[in-house]
Amino acid sequence: MSSPATEVKSDAPPLFVFDKKTRRIVTDPFSENNPITVQVLGICSALAVTTQMSTALVMASAVTAVVCGSNVVISLIRNWIPPQIRIVVQLSVIASLVIIVDQFLQAYLFDVSKQLSVFVGLIITNCILMGRAEAFAMANPPWQSFLDGLGNGLGYGIILVTISFFRELLGSGKLFGFKLVPAALYEAGYANMGLMVLAPGAFILLGLLIWAQRTYTGFVEET
Amino acid sequence: MKKFIESQFDAQRHLFEKGGKLHWAWPLFEGQETFFLTPKHKTKHGAHVRDRMDMKRLMIFVLYALAPAIAIGWYNIGYQAFLAEGVAAPGLVDCILRGGLAMLPLIVTSYAAGGVAELLFCIVRKHEINEGFLVTAMLYPLTLPPSIPLWMAAIGIIFGVVIGKEVFGGVGMNILNPALTARAFVFFTYPAAISGAAVWDMGGKGFLSSGPVVDGYTGATPLLAASGGALKDGTASIDAVAILNSYGFAWSDMAFGFIPGSMGEVSAVAALLGAVFLVATGIASWRIMVGAAVGLVATAALFNGIGSDTVSMMSLPPHYHLVMGGFMFGAVFMATDPCSAAVTPIGRLIYGFFIGVMCALVRVVNPAYPEGMMLAILFMNVFAPLIDYFIVKQTTRRRAARMATA
Repeated sequence: MSSPATEVKSDAPPLFVFDKKTRRIVTDPFSENNPITVQVLGICSALAVTTQMSTALVMASAVTAVVCGSNVVISLIRNWIPPQIRIVVQLSVIASLVIIVDQFLQAYLFDVSKQLSVFVGLIITNCILMGRAEAFAMANPPWQSFLDGLGNGLGYGIILVTISFFRELLGSGKLFGFKLVPAALYEAGYANMGLMVLAPGAFILLGLLIWAQRTYTGFVEET
Repeated sequence: MKKFIESQFDAQRHLFEKGGKLHWAWPLFEGQETFFLTPKHKTKHGAHVRDRMDMKRLMIFVLYALAPAIAIGWYNIGYQAFLAEGVAAPGLVDCILRGGLAMLPLIVTSYAAGGVAELLFCIVRKHEINEGFLVTAMLYPLTLPPSIPLWMAAIGIIFGVVIGKEVFGGVGMNILNPALTARAFVFFTYPAAISGAAVWDMGGKGFLSSGPVVDGYTGATPLLAASGGALKDGTASIDAVAILNSYGFAWSDMAFGFIPGSMGEVSAVAALLGAVFLVATGIASWRIMVGAAVGLVATAALFNGIGSDTVSMMSLPPHYHLVMGGFMFGAVFMATDPCSAAVTPIGRLIYGFFIGVMCALVRVVNPAYPEGMMLAILFMNVFAPLIDYFIVKQTTRRRAARMATA
């Protein structure tokens, strides 16, 4: 029970806050400020790794781990980074983390890592990471930066998993590699949608997803 | 009769007009009314040039132009089916019955599935049903093989109507030809049902089948055969005409359309008849058609000149290219779609020319696709606005120069 009169005002903000405003940092990227469907970043990997749910899930976790880590590290050293070379510093932080994640995947999830092939390494060039580092971590304390990274990583992951759900189900009749469409249906004449396995299928799905989202939120870009 | 229909519409009108109970279904009412009667709304003031050629008549005329292609395709489905089963001289009635059994369900499916998608959009987006759909839903099944399952055809036309047209804002705003978008979707989504040698005839399938397919019958279309690089008995050959002869495809058969292929695309003559009608009534641009033919002939002749030791399609003469596959049908009915084609006169020539070039390129150079007309038209659809942009720029520059000297 606290009343305004007893509240202590201090100049230094507490390390871990979780008030409404801070919560918005995490939840905003889920829908209203989603890195893929609203900011249209990270499209390349969203198209490339979403033919199966397992690869999409691993990719989403990898990006979330890297963006959380890089946001925290960059936020911690933000006051010592010279503005002229800040991109280089950010990139080297991100690259180091990506290498760690890549090694981790190769060690513990070798099969998935092989399927993801070059796209784990390409997390370095994922615009979401640079974008968050530059736009958020450079100007905010570590805790908020961590939450921002978490929100954006999860926002990215939600879209990846949704797209891969439809791509794997319609394109291969499976989910997580588990055959879902019964063989009887194939015998009755059902066929998998080949387009869903191709990159254009992901593009069309992403477009439909953005369409559905904007119908729901009413978001329209200013022209 | 007309009075009766008119009075029926007038009696129901208040229900659908603004404020009426069924106003949400206004597009349905309006569509029905313009189908039966001349629209009620009249121009009230100002000076106007009125033409008898309104949208409705224009689209109906395209359907008239399609009649020969539909008729020959219809007959040919039955003819090819009996041929595959080894019936030497099938009766006309049998062929027509069998063709109808394959073709009519596909056409009805196309209109029904596409119509529902179109109507839903009209109600939600509050615009009226556009007559262009009549043509789209007729063109699309004509580009399909007769053996395709109905549900695949239905998904295709829904995709074509929604993604090819409505998401851009309806007829007139679309970048791509909706009928071809639908076909392209089916082509990449269910490749087994729309490519290869097994899908182009109804031999051994359906109610009126006279027996299984005879031994040695391949079902390959002329383009598939010619790109195969082997005579019918398996001997390797790079002479495309020799390959076609070994399969029994004479040039005249391909011109008249008695070959396996997409339902409405087989006959070059039927497409030409349609072209004459469309050009005479001023509906379609002859520049696009001529441009496409010139582009195809020039490119094919160029490939003939280059020659090849491995690719059989290189040796296919230009006049064979013209009558094979969907080229003629595509150039007459698909490439001339006024929404997705170039609009400047010179732009239309260029647009058509590159459709012909692309078509020959895909046919000859790309081993994965025996036919390239669909991809060529869709590709140039995308470039049509760019062509127009440069033509308009060029014209304004020339006029500005003339003004400066005068």
